[in-house]
Amino acid sequence: MEDFITVENISKNFSGLKALRDISFSIKKGEALGLCGANGSGKSTLIKILAGVLSADSGKIKIEGAEMVSYGPLGGIMRGISVIYQDISLFPTLTVLENICVARAIGQGRILSILGSERARAEAILGDLGVSINIDSIVEELPIASQQLVAIARALNNDSKLIILDEPTTALTSKEVGLLFKIVNKLKNSGISVIFISHKIDEIVELCDRVLILRDGGLIAAKPIKDTNLEEIETLMVGQSLVYSKMDDVDREAPVVLEVNSLTKKNNFKDIGFSLRHGEVLGVIGLLGSGRTELALALFGINAADSGKIAVDGTECRVRTVNDAVSAGIAYVPEDRLTEGLVMNYPIRENIVLATLDKFKDKFTFLKRRSMSEAAQKWLRTLSIKTDSPDNIVSSLSGGNQQKVVLAKWLERNPKILILDSPTVGIDIAAKAGIFAILKTMIAENGMGIILISDEIKEITAYSHRAIIMRNGRVAKILPKDEINEERIRAILNEQKQTK
Amino acid sequence: MNIFMKLFKKRETLLAFFIAVSVVVIASFSDNFLSYDNITNILKSFTVTGIFSIGVLLVIISGGMDVSFTAIAQVTQYIVVYVLLNFLTGNIYIAFVLAIASGIVMGLLNGILIYHYKMPAIIITIATQNMFYGIMYVITRGKLLYEVPSFFWEFADAKIFAVINQNGAFTGLSVVTVLWFVMALIFAIILRYTILGRSVYLIGCSQTAAERVGVNIRNTILFIYGVAGAIAAVGSIVHVSIVQTVIPNSIVGQEMQVIAAVVLGGASISGGKGSVLGTVLGVLLFAILSNSLTLLRISSYWYNVFIGSIIIGSVTINALREIRQRKHIVRVNVAE
Ligand SMILES: Nc1ncnc2c1ncn2[C@@H]1O[C@H](COP(=O)(O)OP(=O)(O)OP(=O)(O)O)[C@@H](O)[C@H]1O
Ligand SMILES: [Mg+2]
Repeated sequence: MEDFITVENISKNFSGLKALRDISFSIKKGEALGLCGANGSGKSTLIKILAGVLSADSGKIKIEGAEMVSYGPLGGIMRGISVIYQDISLFPTLTVLENICVARAIGQGRILSILGSERARAEAILGDLGVSINIDSIVEELPIASQQLVAIARALNNDSKLIILDEPTTALTSKEVGLLFKIVNKLKNSGISVIFISHKIDEIVELCDRVLILRDGGLIAAKPIKDTNLEEIETLMVGQSLVYSKMDDVDREAPVVLEVNSLTKKNNFKDIGFSLRHGEVLGVIGLLGSGRTELALALFGINAADSGKIAVDGTECRVRTVNDAVSAGIAYVPEDRLTEGLVMNYPIRENIVLATLDKFKDKFTFLKRRSMSEAAQKWLRTLSIKTDSPDNIVSSLSGGNQQKVVLAKWLERNPKILILDSPTVGIDIAAKAGIFAILKTMIAENGMGIILISDEIKEITAYSHRAIIMRNGRVAKILPKDEINEERIRAILNEQKQTK
Repeated sequence: MNIFMKLFKKRETLLAFFIAVSVVVIASFSDNFLSYDNITNILKSFTVTGIFSIGVLLVIISGGMDVSFTAIAQVTQYIVVYVLLNFLTGNIYIAFVLAIASGIVMGLLNGILIYHYKMPAIIITIATQNMFYGIMYVITRGKLLYEVPSFFWEFADAKIFAVINQNGAFTGLSVVTVLWFVMALIFAIILRYTILGRSVYLIGCSQTAAERVGVNIRNTILFIYGVAGAIAAVGSIVHVSIVQTVIPNSIVGQEMQVIAAVVLGGASISGGKGSVLGTVLGVLLFAILSNSLTLLRISSYWYNVFIGSIIIGSVTINALREIRQRKHIVRVNVAE
């Protein structure tokens, strides 16, 4: 098969920081290429250059044999390159139809935008994808998975020959990931090339023909999938083999830090009861719509429960607002970290200390800059946030590193009870291991209790002392440590499907 | 969701409903309200607001804000009338051409500053409002122009569908009101059916996303603010035609009323949303309520309270919607 695109010696700097150095590779027509690398290794930068959104400082790009000088986003689309960005990039207040058609209309240099004539084409594309989305609905009212599909439909409408997916699976459930993979395979068979970025290496191994591995902006390896495996890719990405820390055993006599009794909220969850000991990690797992996120939001006072009891360290407390929860010693790291809790054009340091400003006041209530910087530096190190100074603004960080900043902000609070909603989504494997290592030390130091909500069964099995499985707004089962394993959890989750 | 529910969710339907209700209520209190005379008068007296609101709508859809349009109108009005009094013998068309040129120049200046400094448009336009207005005041020392060429008031007096009323005078739909509706129609078409118009929505939704589908951000922003300037200028000519005097502080200060009408019409301050029809209906609702306060002899300060409440109400609705979306709370079918 011939090459669709060839990249020769591309480099890119951001004010001194070498984001990409001397990258060369090519993609064949109909090939699926995986792109791996730690947070900040340059994946998103590379694809933005392919798309024409950024221009490289040096190097050449050839598309179907023709050499291109900087072509701009429109040029990229016209030459058949479409990107589904990490942050999706749809127009939330407009209809599905318009979102699908707009790029093509602009690309053709049209003056009029009469959507009626394009409806059939757009409908056919959605039909080919095998999804049923109402083409006249407003995009912001759709679930994330459908939005993802709208973005793919747009790419197809543009007659793309190369579709780039930047971490498309982070917000999807495993069923939706399955559908996405089917679609990608269909694209490949029709001769479209695909670049697929993910921190879940097993997805890359399953889907791609070849994998490129970036480290610190350099291309470390390019291998056919059949000549490599998951462990080798992980080692190449990080540059060393990873050590996963196991959680210490929980002290069975340790006092209970959180006791929840018959907590109920209409249309969210019912009769939830469990307890959490100091030093314990309680996994919570359940499909989308099982009420797990709603429960977490209730414990943190964002979505207060209608009835039931919450007791912290043996004293019952009312958790009606976030303030109640915070003063009871509860902290919550939300699932959607990009839209919640970051001031994008503020320095990293300010973002990290934002939830703990009291700690940094001197006796005149001025903020102590020095100790703020020290705290920030500490987190940059422990979570290996890739940047050269805490003075940089958050928006200059890569997607995964931004997420780590949110995590740092809440860990800095040193709470009694920490609720983590999918804490490692979009975070690379080395940082994942780092996060659990730091959680382990924090548990040892202050006996923090952790509620770990996650879609990744592996994460639950590896780190939790007990696991709650939620189903239809109720606790279906609480598994003790020795019963937490993948088959058992999957079996319980699947039971739900049959009863439905 | 059935068609009826969908229609009712639309701001335009809601406004039409409110307008209908107000008309019925007010008509039952005052016989004069539904007379041809009164209706055409209401329309004429809100034509300037109506024209201004089209420009503001454009800017708000794009996620921006313009509080300088009143200053642009004020300065334009002064320049055009001064030129036509002292240097040129013209007609109403020449007045419009001069005005549009002047409005575009000032609007483009807004656009250039907003694009290049990447500062919030409200900050930039507060600055340019003061600048435009200040320069005019310094040069003219606030002197009024009492006499305006006669073609201005002839223009404002022209009517179509005229009939003779019971006082023996002509009454009919003012040509200036027709101008407002024609402009509304043109911009409704531009915003709905041209790529340029859709780009205004795209930028308002997300500038990054717009850039990534190939929208030329710079040109679109220049277009938006240039046109907003031109529309303000057209409004200023209509204004002087009706008022027949140039008073250097008679337009500045109306920003809030215009912005409130646009917001009431369903445009979202955070951008990406709004329609010409909604804006026209918003202005009409304002016009009816203001007129009814006069007819019912209620203090006009209530009108200001009303405008303030509209802005607070609209912002609250937006905020509530955003909070709900941010929370990601979904309905769970709880097992019994
Ligand atoms: N606009 C920018 N200004 C300054 N630095 C930037 C900018 N964009 C990216 N960088 C830097 O370039 C490097 C590569 O970033 P990039 O977004 O490509 O990483 P990534 O591999 O996509 O990471 P992730 O997995 O976290 O998404 C990072 O160190 C980042 O901080
Ligand atoms: Mg990235």
